[in-house]
Amino acid sequence: MGAAITVDALVMTYGSLRAVDGVSFDVRPGEFFGLLGPNGAGKTTTLETVEGLRKPDAGSVAIDGYDPWKRQPELQRRIGVQLQSSAFFERLTAREQLVTFASLYGVASGRADELLEQVGLTDKANSPVEKLSGGQAQRLSIACALVHDPEVLFLDEPTAALDPQARRNLWDFLEGLNDSGRTVVLTTHSMEEAEVLCDRVAIIDRGRLLKLDTPQALIRGLDVATRISVVPGLVRPHEARAWPGVADVVESDVALVIETRDPGPVLAALAERDALEGLAVTKGTLEDVFLSLTGREYRA
Amino acid sequence: MSRGTAARSPLGALTGAMFKGFVRDRMTLFWAVAFPLMFLVLFGGVFTGQDEAPKVDVVQVGAVPVLDDLPAAARDSIGEGLDVEKRPGLDAALDSLREGDVDAVVTQDGDDVTLHFSQADQVKAAQVRGLFQAVVQIADQAASGQAPRFTLSTEQVEDDSLEQIQYVTPSLLGWAVAMSATFGAAANLVAWRVSGLLRRLRLAPIRTSSVVLARVGVSVVIAGVQAAIFIGLGVGAFGLKLTGWWPLIVPLLLFGTLSFLSIGMLAGAVSRTEEGAVGLANFVVLPMAFLSGSFFPLDGAPTWLRAVSSCLPLKHLNDGMLDVMVRGQGPSALLVPIAVLLAFTVVLSAVAARVFRWEA
Ligand SMILES: Nc1ncnc2c1ncn2[C@@H]1O[C@H](COP(=O)(O)OP(=O)(O)OP(=O)(O)O)[C@@H](O)[C@H]1O
Ligand SMILES: [Mg+2]
Repeated sequence: MGAAITVDALVMTYGSLRAVDGVSFDVRPGEFFGLLGPNGAGKTTTLETVEGLRKPDAGSVAIDGYDPWKRQPELQRRIGVQLQSSAFFERLTAREQLVTFASLYGVASGRADELLEQVGLTDKANSPVEKLSGGQAQRLSIACALVHDPEVLFLDEPTAALDPQARRNLWDFLEGLNDSGRTVVLTTHSMEEAEVLCDRVAIIDRGRLLKLDTPQALIRGLDVATRISVVPGLVRPHEARAWPGVADVVESDVALVIETRDPGPVLAALAERDALEGLAVTKGTLEDVFLSLTGREYRA
Repeated sequence: MSRGTAARSPLGALTGAMFKGFVRDRMTLFWAVAFPLMFLVLFGGVFTGQDEAPKVDVVQVGAVPVLDDLPAAARDSIGEGLDVEKRPGLDAALDSLREGDVDAVVTQDGDDVTLHFSQADQVKAAQVRGLFQAVVQIADQAASGQAPRFTLSTEQVEDDSLEQIQYVTPSLLGWAVAMSATFGAAANLVAWRVSGLLRRLRLAPIRTSSVVLARVGVSVVIAGVQAAIFIGLGVGAFGLKLTGWWPLIVPLLLFGTLSFLSIGMLAGAVSRTEEGAVGLANFVVLPMAFLSGSFFPLDGAPTWLRAVSSCLPLKHLNDGMLDVMVRGQGPSALLVPIAVLLAFTVVLSAVAARVFRWEA
């Protein structure tokens, strides 16, 4: 189970726009791989070319040695796809969608109810798809991608339309998907999501691959400060500025923000003064990684 | 329930999904089934009976041997147009004639037969005079004991010889099948493309032909249901009389469906929106229905119009339907319609395949 994916010097153009501009990466069998980038970065174009929906203008794509553009049933049966915009058979219920997709892939539909439960749609099993909310439709679309238990799974922004709770629930479910050796490739805007789910992440912007590494390494490699914020008025800014390791202190109406590369002593100092009310700690985010890679603000 | 053990074939699954999508949509059901039926009821039920000339009401005063002794055969044929009522008083009868309550009053005195009529209704006046001319002639012949030397047999050239319902059932059925096949294919294709389902299906291990075959299956089933309802209603409620070879409509329905599916596929391939596809299908099928005599016969139409008509697939579908359903023709009547329908199918689906797009 699990298949390797090779993308080599991939170029995709729409007219004069180079939506994907020489992207290369390998996905190992059983790996959970993320494509991360802002709107219009070229994630969907890359993913759809790997899936076989688009023909590369230059470069090549291979899944376990197969060229996905040549529609080969033996490869297609091993691939599951969730497209960025959900596509269903009109007026069929959620369960009927799963049963139909199962038949298209030549498998029995026994997993339908199990999958509905796993994506939290049991109570919507008999609702026509037209009556599902955006987030519910997205989860059904993921279930449809999994109905034939594929070796390789492609997810294009699987949590984009989900509320925070549903997103966390889906993460729990997605996390286990590569346990059995399945290869998973997903696109996302969210560094947090990439961190939770992905073994490795490729950061893409304007059709180019900027960096490829584990999420931990990406953030560790970032030379950015940790931001510690508490409610204003607990500590005087000039006092905090004198603490060891503090780089900057900014006070506003809503928060006192302390920037530091060594959060330990700062947190200890705050605790000592019993000034932990409204505490929030943020490390480097995608915004920071992006900023450091491109010199531009992240514009997701 | 869905916990099936064996997998259905991809073709079966696609057909099932399309069929459910169709029957769960009230609008398409209305257009495919209820709308054509309304036409059948309108043309077949309401307008039936206007074809026959109305009877003339004649009052007979006293004995009128020429009428009373009419031979049985003649009585049958003349009696069709004649409603005779016996009344005692001539004056009262003439009054009702003047008031227009009856169309003629007849008396006989020896060898003199007198027919009183009113010129108020000229058609009826002519009709009643003609009828009595015939009655008197028959009586004359009978009296002279001579066999008639000339016989007249009549044959009408137009399809009006078919009663209204005999004509409209096959022709409206042809139109209904054409319409739902065209609209079904066009709307279905565009809806699936716009929703992105076609792209999604492109990644599934199915043949492209499965999608087309599924649509053929669904449309053929719809055509069968339409035929069953039309014929059931026609025979059951409107006195439709089928001739011996009527089951030959099955191949006609099949090839008609194929031909109009390919028109629908073409309309669906070139349209960007579902509304556009349905509009285009309408633009093609509605004029074609008029030109193919689906709503009324084209016998009175100018020659050029009939020439145009004979180039249309629906005309040949209608012809075939009429031939086998009500004109008593056999399998040979299928040859031309099926050849034409097949030719349209081959050409149009080849074009549709060329302009086909997976993506919106
Ligand atoms: N069908 C198309 N025709 C023309 N341009 C396109 C098409 N699809 C995408 N593009 C352009 O290609 C670029 C990359 O688009 P793509 O959809 O791959 O981005 P993305 O990273 O998936 O963005 P998002 O996060 O918004 O989904 C964008 O500039 C977009 O405008
Ligand atoms: Mg995208």
